[in-house]
Formats: sequence, structure tokens, C-alpha cells
Amino acid sequence: MLAYVVRRLLLAVLTVWAISVLSFMIIHLPPGDYVTSYIASMSASGSAVSEGEAEALREQLGLNKPITVQYAKWMGLILQGNFGMAMEWGRPVTDVIGDRLTLTIVISVAAIVFTWALALPIGIYSAVYPYSFLDYVFTFVGFIGLAVPGFLLALIVMYVGFAWFGANVGGLFSPDFADAPWSLARAWDLTKHLPIPAIVLGVAGTAQLIRIMRSNLLDELRKPYVITARARGLPEHRVVLKYPVRVALNPFVSTIGYLLPYVVSGSIIVSLVLSLPTVGPLLLKALIAQDMFLAGTIVLLLGVLTVVGTFVSDLLLMWVDPRIRLGRQ
Amino acid sequence: MTRDRAAAHPIANVDAAAAPLGVPLAPEPAPEREVGARAEERVAVATQWQLMWWRFRKHRLAVGGTLVLAAFYVVAIFADFFAYVDPQESDAQRSLMGPQPIHWMDEGSFRPYVHALKGTRDPVTFKRVYVADTSVKIPVRFFGHGEPYALLGFIPADRHLFTVEGAKPSESLFLMGTDMQGRDLWSRLMYATRTSMTIGLVSVAISLVLGVVLGGVSGYLGGLIDTVIQRIIEILRSIPTIPLWMGLAAAVPASWSPQQVYFAITIIISLIGWTELARVVRGRFISLKEEDFVMAAELIGCSRTRIIFRHMVPSFVSHIIAATTLAVPAIIISETSLSFLGLGLRPPAISWGVLLQDAQNIQALVISPWLLIPSFAVIVAVLGFNFMGDGIRDAADPYL
Repeated sequence: MLAYVVRRLLLAVLTVWAISVLSFMIIHLPPGDYVTSYIASMSASGSAVSEGEAEALREQLGLNKPITVQYAKWMGLILQGNFGMAMEWGRPVTDVIGDRLTLTIVISVAAIVFTWALALPIGIYSAVYPYSFLDYVFTFVGFIGLAVPGFLLALIVMYVGFAWFGANVGGLFSPDFADAPWSLARAWDLTKHLPIPAIVLGVAGTAQLIRIMRSNLLDELRKPYVITARARGLPEHRVVLKYPVRVALNPFVSTIGYLLPYVVSGSIIVSLVLSLPTVGPLLLKALIAQDMFLAGTIVLLLGVLTVVGTFVSDLLLMWVDPRIRLGRQ
Repeated sequence: MTRDRAAAHPIANVDAAAAPLGVPLAPEPAPEREVGARAEERVAVATQWQLMWWRFRKHRLAVGGTLVLAAFYVVAIFADFFAYVDPQESDAQRSLMGPQPIHWMDEGSFRPYVHALKGTRDPVTFKRVYVADTSVKIPVRFFGHGEPYALLGFIPADRHLFTVEGAKPSESLFLMGTDMQGRDLWSRLMYATRTSMTIGLVSVAISLVLGVVLGGVSGYLGGLIDTVIQRIIEILRSIPTIPLWMGLAAAVPASWSPQQVYFAITIIISLIGWTELARVVRGRFISLKEEDFVMAAELIGCSRTRIIFRHMVPSFVSHIIAATTLAVPAIIISETSLSFLGLGLRPPAISWGVLLQDAQNIQALVISPWLLIPSFAVIVAVLGFNFMGDGIRDAADPYL
């Protein structure tokens, strides 16, 4: 059990490191460096930066050092919580990101809760009544759900809301609460706006999970112990729910690890279409403006967030699955 | 899932019993069993590919998906035949026209025609409105002569699926309406199909090479190399891909030509797409390594390369084909999403994502909903690949 936790933790640390290297690469890929873009943005606003100032700035930021030293320096700053400046905004990156990261988490978690709440009962139903009419309906809807990219679904939802109901279904807050400080009323407002983005984000994952749940449970239901239970006269709901569902649930939990990166990924694009105040629109703006410090930081934070989430799901899996808890290989 | 499907196929059951022995199952001589016995014999002597084909054929959705995909690729290859105007030809006078109805019957006989359209500006809303001039009938012809183009890139041709008689198609035919710049959506969709359907193939080819090499090495050699490659895969899979792609795609210099951008995007997408393929290949390698025929080959002194390519690879090619087919839709969705955001292919390149960029603005979409038409192409293509891949995957194991 301890070995499992240590192994997972090591992998998580390794992943975070890989993500930090990739984010650093993204920051450094475009031609020129921070100072050249800084000069460009300063001269665009009318104030010039002299050669000497530029050199001093480079020296201060360590941009004239080899790339590995720069990386170490950047990491050092980040570990102290200093993510650099967002050029376009002229404010520290952490200020600009602010609430948006929390809201990204809220939406992703809501989408996963939705996925679970829907996939579990439907998966059980489809496995208990395979090849029934409803099973075919769910399979069909699931296929469609897998085939429609998130942004397209968001577009369609927006279109239907706008064209048929005359309402703008985008956003996470009513206008009154958009810039208000956090309060109970604001949280309630958020809850009311959450279902649509959660559904849009969760559909594809739900379709996948239903298929996994269905096939796992189907395999499990054919096992002799189920027949024994039935032969001994257990009520049908207990025959199904008490043991086979529990066993079939294990792979279900472990898929959270795969679901999370997927949902976080999707939230970026869906947020853009539904204009949700998450990091998605910010990332796109930063990339288009070549504000690489902001963009790199967002990629880094999203990656770390996902890794933490995956790690939590690993611990959850350990709690659900005694084979892992008891240390069987 | 695979297993319960297999049980539903009678051929598979016969097979499972007959295959290891290599003889047909209990061929009873009774006359009414004659046909069944012959069918069983046919199964027993069939090659693996034949068995797979028979099984694939029974999967109706898979066959349907394959046919639809074939149609898509016909469009991709002959895009210039299906389009009737230059996809870049724009005219502000024809911006945002709705799809134009075709009248199929003219005075009781089959003679399709369209009415000429006249654009005016609504004095109240300032929106351009187009009124059909019912006095002018423009006949629509199939396989008529139109703008010249090079079929397959080198055969000079000028026939198009649709043309109009006595008028320029760019001024009178708008099957799916026009976009903001007045470009014909039907013709653009044909060219977009070419780009989007090929980008999936090129990307999947790169992923395939990476996946087979790394997965094969990982599965065959095992040990430390296996561990390292597996950890790399795990790490890559736990990174949210879209922000990463966005970051990499945004770094593609603005000065690059559309072709260069096309290849850069293809490579970026395939860099992460190979992991699933590698996983499949590794799994097959590990399970095959234990098989008797591999050990037999080793014992008679076959070289490692011969064992891999002559003995092991043929027995899991079908699995790789299935995994590859199932990887294409994800790539198509990625390209479409990136281009939709403006970070993938850029105009003048035309792809489904680029077309859907026009549909980004919800107000524009409500006024001109036909801008969403390309999304149907995306959904149908992805469904087609999913169905075909599922069918191949189920058929891949005829001995299951």
C-alpha cells in the first residue's frame, strides 16, 4: 500500500516536471524573448525603451544566460509564487488569473459529477438489459456524444438557447454578480449557471464511461457467483447491486485519471464558446498576443491541477479497491 | 463488449471450436445438414483475412460507416469536380446568402433550375436580403462544362457535378449559401473535406510509426526500456492536451505558408496521439511473446527480426488497423478544434475548422444558421470512423 502511494507520488512529481519543461518550451518557442516583446508593447503605447535599459532588463531576468540556467531561474521564481508579469495587462500573472483557475476547477468537477451521475445508472441498466430497446437508444446517443466535439455541442446549445428561447445561455454569472465579491448569493447564482457547461463538457466522457461500465458489468454478471446468488433466491436488485456492480466499479474509478485531463482540456474550448470566465479565454488571448509568460503559466497550472486531481483519484481507487489497498501486485 | 458481440456471431462460435483442430465440426451426412456442413467447411479452410471480412460484413453499422467514409474520400480526391466555383472567389455583393432551393421539376418533366437572386438592403435593419426573381429560370446541369481544373493534380478537366446554363455559376448557384465574404459554402466545404480528411490520415501515419516502434520496442524488449517508455506514455496521457496544443500551435510563425502550417499542425497533433497505439502494440507483443509458435521459431534459430516481422506482426496487424482507425476521429476533432480557435490552419487554407470559425459569433449564427452546415460533415466523418473501427476491432479476432 505504501509502495503504491510512493510510486504514484513519484510519477506525479515526474509528470509535473515534464509539464514544467513543456510550459517553459512554450514560453521560449516564439522568436524573440520577453524583452523584445516588452519593448514592442512599450513602443506601441508610446514610450521607448533604450538599448541600455533593455540590456539591464535582460541581465535582471537572466535572459542572456544558457537555457538551462534560465529554466532553473524560472522554476525558482515559480516556487516562490512569482509567475512574472502579464505584459498585455501590466499586472502580475497571478492577479490576472485570479478567480479564473478556481472556476475552471469548479466546472471540471461539476462535469465529472454529472458524468458519474449519468453514466452509473445508465451503464447498470444497459448491462442488466443488454440488447433491449433502451440499451440501443443509449448506445446510439453515446455514439453521437462521442462524435460531437465539445465546442460544437456548445455552439449548438448556444444557438438553440438563443434562437428558440431568446436567452443567452453562456456565462457563469448573472450580470449583477459578475464582478461582485464572493457571497452566498453569488455562489447560488453560480450553481444555477453550472448545469449547461457541465453537461456540454460531460457528454463525451459520459458516453465513454457508459460503454466501460456496461462491458465490465456484463462480464461480471456471467460469473458463477451471480448464478449462485440468484439460485439461492436473493432479490434481483441485491444480486446485481451488492457484488457485481461493486467489482465493475473499480475500473470506473480509475478512469477518472483519464477523464480529468480530458475534461480540463475540453473546458478550455467550451469556455471560449460559452464565454465562461475560466482560464480558457485568457489562454487564447495570451497566445494570440504572444504573451508567453501568461500562456506558459496557464499551461503549467492546468497541468499541475490535472496531476493533483489524478493523484487524488489514485488514492480514491486505493480506498475502493482492496486488491491495491492490501498490496497485491 | 467484444466478447458478448462474439457470442452473437454464429461463425465465431464454430470457429473457436474448429480452429485449433483444423477440421470442420461434426459434419453429419444427413441431407438437410448438407448446406450447414459445407458452410462449416468453408469456415475451417478460410484464411484469417476471409474470416475477418465475413465477420466485418455482418456488422451493419461498420459497413455503413465504411461506405460513408468512402464517399467522403471520393469527395476529398475529386474536390475540384464537386465544387463548381473557386472556393476563394469572394464578392461583398453576395455576402451571407441563404441556401438556395433547387426546383427539380419544370413543367412536369425533370429539368432542375434555380431562380436568379437579387440582393437589396433592408432599409430598416440594414441587413442584406435576397429575393428570388421568379421570372428568370437558370437551368442546372449535371456533369456540364465549367471552370477548368487539374483532375488529380495533372489531368486537365472542366466537368463539374453541377453547372448552370447560360450564366456564371459563381453568380447564380448557391447550394448551401455563402459566407460573410460572399464565398460559396458548398464549394468551400468540398475543399475543406479534402484538407480535413487528409490531415487525419497524415497525422495518424506519423502516430502509427511512433506507436509501433515505441510500443513494439517496449513490449518486445521489456525491462528498463519498457518501464521508461510506459512512464513517458503515462505522463503524456495525464497532460491536458488542448492547452498544450494551443501553446505549440501558437508558436508556429505567422510568416509560414499554408503548406508549412499544415505539416506543423499535423506533427503537433500526432506527437501526442501515438500513445494509444503504442499501448495496443505493446499489449499484443507481450501476449504473443508467450505463444508456442514464437518459441518454436526461436528454437529453430530464427533471427529476432524474422520472428518479429514474419511471425509476430502478421498476427496483430488487424489489431493495429483497428486501433489506427479509431485514432483518426480524435485527430479530426483536434484539428477542427484548433482551427476553430484560430490556432490551427489559417486562411487561405480551408478546413472544416476554418469554415466553422465563421460560426463563432452567436449573433451571426442566429441570422445565418447555414454556417453550421460544416459541423455535420465533422460529426458524420467521426461517426463513420468510430463505426468502422469498432467493426474492425470486433472482427480482428476471428478466433475469439
